[in-house]
Amino acid sequence: MIEFHQVCKQFDHRKAVDHLTLTIAEGEFTVLIGASGSGKSTTLKMINRLVEHDAGYIRFAGEEIRSFKAEDIRRRMGYAIQSIGLFPHWTVEQNIGAVPQLLKWPRKRIRARVAELLELLHLDPEHFRRRYPHQLSGGQQQRVGVARALAADPEVLLMDEPFGALDPVTRAALQIEIARIHQLSGRTIVLVTHDIDEALRLADRIVLLDHGQIIQQGPPASFLTDPANDLVRDFVGRSDIGIKLLSLEIVAHYLRRGEHLTGQPILDSFNLREALSAFVARRVDALPVVDVHGQALGVLHFADLLSRKPAA
Amino acid sequence: MILPAEVTVKNRVLLTLLILMVLADLCLPLLTDAPNRLISGQGISLYALLNSHSAWLLLPFCVLVALPLAPQILRTHVLAVLCATLLLCGFCLLAGLTAQRLAGGDDSLVRISFGGAFWISSGLCCLMASDAIARATSRHALRILANCLVFVPVAVLLLSGQLDHLSILKEYANRKDVFDDALLRHVEILILSLMPAVVLALPLGLAGFRRPRLRHALFSVLNLIQTIPSIALFGLLIAPLAVLARQLPWLAEHGISGIGMAPAVIALVLYSLLPLVRSIVAGLEQVPPAVVEAALGMGMTGSQVFLHVEMPLALPVLLSGIRVTAVQAVGLTVVAALIGAGGLGAIVFQGLLSSALDLVLLGVIPVVVLAVIVDSVFKFIVASIETARA
Repeated sequence: MIEFHQVCKQFDHRKAVDHLTLTIAEGEFTVLIGASGSGKSTTLKMINRLVEHDAGYIRFAGEEIRSFKAEDIRRRMGYAIQSIGLFPHWTVEQNIGAVPQLLKWPRKRIRARVAELLELLHLDPEHFRRRYPHQLSGGQQQRVGVARALAADPEVLLMDEPFGALDPVTRAALQIEIARIHQLSGRTIVLVTHDIDEALRLADRIVLLDHGQIIQQGPPASFLTDPANDLVRDFVGRSDIGIKLLSLEIVAHYLRRGEHLTGQPILDSFNLREALSAFVARRVDALPVVDVHGQALGVLHFADLLSRKPAA
Repeated sequence: MILPAEVTVKNRVLLTLLILMVLADLCLPLLTDAPNRLISGQGISLYALLNSHSAWLLLPFCVLVALPLAPQILRTHVLAVLCATLLLCGFCLLAGLTAQRLAGGDDSLVRISFGGAFWISSGLCCLMASDAIARATSRHALRILANCLVFVPVAVLLLSGQLDHLSILKEYANRKDVFDDALLRHVEILILSLMPAVVLALPLGLAGFRRPRLRHALFSVLNLIQTIPSIALFGLLIAPLAVLARQLPWLAEHGISGIGMAPAVIALVLYSLLPLVRSIVAGLEQVPPAVVEAALGMGMTGSQVFLHVEMPLALPVLLSGIRVTAVQAVGLTVVAALIGAGGLGAIVFQGLLSSALDLVLLGVIPVVVLAVIVDSVFKFIVASIETARA
């Protein structure tokens, strides 16, 4: 879908991106992660030509992005940023309808699309349609920001630290939202963050950048089990690598089916980190597991967490 | 005065204004009485005018005195506005009736003019009304509207002819045609200079916003122009324009010469550029960069970003700039009369030269009223835009 080949970008003699080669597959959720100044935002902005690359080539859908008009390529990509950048003088409906308007969709279709998106992001259309951004909370504003980015059904969704300014609870809710949208639509998403937990939670593939170069890329678990160097180890956090590993797996894959145990059960959709927390808090080494309907499924044993081999 | 323990002053502003009004009315003459228009008159105090026919004036005053002690709720504030309006109207009517009594008759040379107590009292009435309006509502548009309504009774009095025997209106009657022409000319100069100033300032402001180095040079030049005293700038333009008009006869045919409208309009445009350009740059600067980035990121072209995002968001600041500029131009146009541009300044200077104070006032008061109207209109527009977005 998007292909970087030996791409360079300099700002005032400082290399922001240095011979970067990267392929982002269609439908993949890619998270670019790195410290500030690592070139992750620059890389993202080169995709929709808010930043023009100096050398190498970037292909979108097989064609060099400079062969498109900048406006055209941007209208095919959704773009959400940390500070959201909603138009303060436009209502929620006008904000979300901005790109469809640019694409000259008929009015009726825009209205329907706005309602659909507001519902997708759990905002009541009748309640929010006519509101102005300053009447919304930070979390609601970012939901509108994401809805706006999705409005014209873009081929790619680019997100630049979209949840960075939100409180932990709101951020977690929106992360679940965006993961759901990715599952539903199978859209290609490129997200920039400096939060390793966010990356581990959302990504199909993580790309860790430093000084404009890729240090490691691969599925989330590989960063924990097989860090390329000390920098990666520092980034994922040396002291709690084990905890983070547990957070990538869910109880359903580890429980022993057919066994029975009484006591307060846990859900099969919990991740192992939450299960560990339950073991420690309740001072037990086995927990009954149920599904969302309360149906008993089996028992999770503490020892199986250590073996980290899914039960057959 | 000893107040009972449970009586407390809840509105110190109103009380202070009322005390000032009493002091002014005790110490200064409300009106002056002169045998003709060039001699300064004898003072007439309010006390001398209060008799059984004019005691009604005390009624709104007494109500106002009670209000600082009343609970400060909406009803109290509305009552305060009404009483202040009535009191203002009452002062004007008292002046008008006194003038009718002392200077009535078409051939009477006697001049009844406003004295210090009248100016201070009516000013205090306006302050009381506007303070009460501010307490009554926080909506800007409503406040401006209510402030305008305060002057409606006075306007009705003026139009009904009750004030016609006051000296200033006698001056008006004598110079009705001159005055109407001057007022029209004043407004004409104002519009003729503001329009091109805005048209010129827009590209200059935009260029200054986009290129910081250009902005520096631009503001240096505009600041320099602003430091030239108005009379000097009007004077400086006479010579080059006179030469131009002589060299290019078609310019002269279109009424452009060293004196008159042309130098006045040019000077006013030059003066207007600094506040206008500054407000455009300030307006564009306060547009959040994130909003512009989002607009570009979603695929707006440069001109779409300017038209749909930057311009609407800069508009309130820009309109405030135009408001300040327009008010400034109303005042500066008075001075333009010195180079033959006409306008209300012509009446002011005629009054000054013949030391007829009421003629000066006949020129100055409309200038003040015009400035207040221009100010209110633009404030109202800005307030409406901001309410629409709230």
